[in-house]
Amino acid sequence: MSTTGPLGRSSGEGRLFPLLTGAAAVLVPCLVAGIALVLWRESLLSIREFGFAFWRTSIWDPVAGQFGALPFIWGTLYSSLLALLLSAPVALGIAIFLSDLSPHALRQPLIFLTELLAAIPSIVYGLWGIFVLVPLVRRLEIATPAWLKGVPLFEGPPLGVGLLAASLVLAVMMVPFTASVAREILKAVPSAQREGAYALGATRWEAIRMALFYGRTGIIGAVMLGLGRALGETMAVTMLIGNNPRISLSLFAPQYTMAAVIANEFTEAADPLYLDALVEIGLVLFLITVAINALSRVLVWRVGRERTVRAGRPVPAAAV
Amino acid sequence: MSWNRLRRKVVSGAVVAFCAAAVVLALIPLGFILFFVIGHGLPALNAAFFTQMPKPVGEPGGGMANAIAGTLILIGLAAGIAVPIGIVSGIYVSEYRKTSLASAVRFSADILNGVPSIVIGLFAYTTAVLPFQRFSAIAGGLALGIMMIPLIVRMTEELLNLVPPTLRDGALALGATRARAVFTVILSAALPGILTGVLVALARIAGETAPLLFTAFNNRFWSTRLDQPIASLTVQVYTYAISPYDDWHRQAWAGATVLIGAILTFSLLARAMTRRLERMHRP
Repeated sequence: MSTTGPLGRSSGEGRLFPLLTGAAAVLVPCLVAGIALVLWRESLLSIREFGFAFWRTSIWDPVAGQFGALPFIWGTLYSSLLALLLSAPVALGIAIFLSDLSPHALRQPLIFLTELLAAIPSIVYGLWGIFVLVPLVRRLEIATPAWLKGVPLFEGPPLGVGLLAASLVLAVMMVPFTASVAREILKAVPSAQREGAYALGATRWEAIRMALFYGRTGIIGAVMLGLGRALGETMAVTMLIGNNPRISLSLFAPQYTMAAVIANEFTEAADPLYLDALVEIGLVLFLITVAINALSRVLVWRVGRERTVRAGRPVPAAAV
Repeated sequence: MSWNRLRRKVVSGAVVAFCAAAVVLALIPLGFILFFVIGHGLPALNAAFFTQMPKPVGEPGGGMANAIAGTLILIGLAAGIAVPIGIVSGIYVSEYRKTSLASAVRFSADILNGVPSIVIGLFAYTTAVLPFQRFSAIAGGLALGIMMIPLIVRMTEELLNLVPPTLRDGALALGATRARAVFTVILSAALPGILTGVLVALARIAGETAPLLFTAFNNRFWSTRLDQPIASLTVQVYTYAISPYDDWHRQAWAGATVLIGAILTFSLLARAMTRRLERMHRP
């Protein structure tokens, strides 16, 4: 900051400059509010018609004018949480390796490569999923022994597309986001924490554990950020999850997510109520992701107060 | 060495091994995806892909010339919306970083960055498609532009913060107003970085599909009109990928290869650029 005069403004401030730049800046928060408002107005028909029943019922039959969105909530949460279970340990491992363990020469290239995972477009993940991953998953399903097929988790015909294929790809897509924020957190933990641990004779892992414990809220924030990404992921999931609005526990069953139903049915929704029902799903998806991202950011911030930790963005060099 | 110490050392070694394995585990899908996409896509890439129009079903050959042009038009529109707003907001946030508006902008930029792209598409649909009752390039560009704004804001802010304060002080000492100091001295010091960032953000949104599905829609024909539906690489790849035709699948791989090639190129360029800038600004 420059020197400020007695009026709290630097000598050559001028009045126009903060006003004009401020006007552009105000647009950003307005945009977020605007999205919420527009989506709410556009889903009024559906909100009035169904009320809360919309989220409690599970029959989705546009022809009959029956709209129950429970299967989409279920599929969204199920696929995202499964992806979270798969990706969080790996992402944390990567963050630890890149912040504490990696040889210096390897660090930058490895950071770049892991962040490339975030730069690959969703549609490419989906394409690869359809032609490479789905056949593999189908083989796995066929190879599942008969006694396992009785368990609800593994029921159903071996289609290949379904919850498992979608969650596997989601997990890969989430890794770079979680890893990069977690790495920033580990960097932000004061080095005295680790040094103190080493001084008391701690092993490498014990010292890292101290740092993890110190930055635990931020680590939770990093994991939530990945979750936020997974909940809204559209193309890859649409191409892999099988798009079947039926609630099922089975990993092999084709299911459906909120983002996928909007992507698939929006251009066909000729009837105003149908359209509004889809927008309402979008509105709820918006509210959920905003809540999760806001929470994640606050958690990450609390750790990074002494040093600036950038919330919400891997991708420094690899993709802005 | 006591048993306990041995146990702790073994546990520690195991965790270190797990972390190294995690890195390898993440790089396997990366290699796997690049290998398959490029392996399928390169043989399908030829001059026709870039210069010819899509052929009707059943006729082999053809290309995605209209989709490539469409993607360029869409990201051009997006840049037209996002770059001015993003850079000027970024200047505000960096110059007045202690104000509450700056915190609000930072916070909402991060929030906006986390909003699913399909939801941004819905917003663009209700504001730019519904009123005119037609899908259009404008609506698609608006959706992509909104996605680009938070990227540009945060990036501009960070790059401006990297500019040494002595530069600003020098400009102010010579009697420049705040505005003049920013636009002549500080911005030009950060400009190479900002331009790189804009290019990478463009490569980023060029890979977006979901928000285009019901804004720009798709177009089988050559169209450069902004008030009409327009083709794009990503929507075309999607259409071809879920089609039952082998020839279309080949085209989809080729399209994906072009996308990945562009993104890799820009990312590597940006990385080289960033490192040069870091060296420049290091005291």
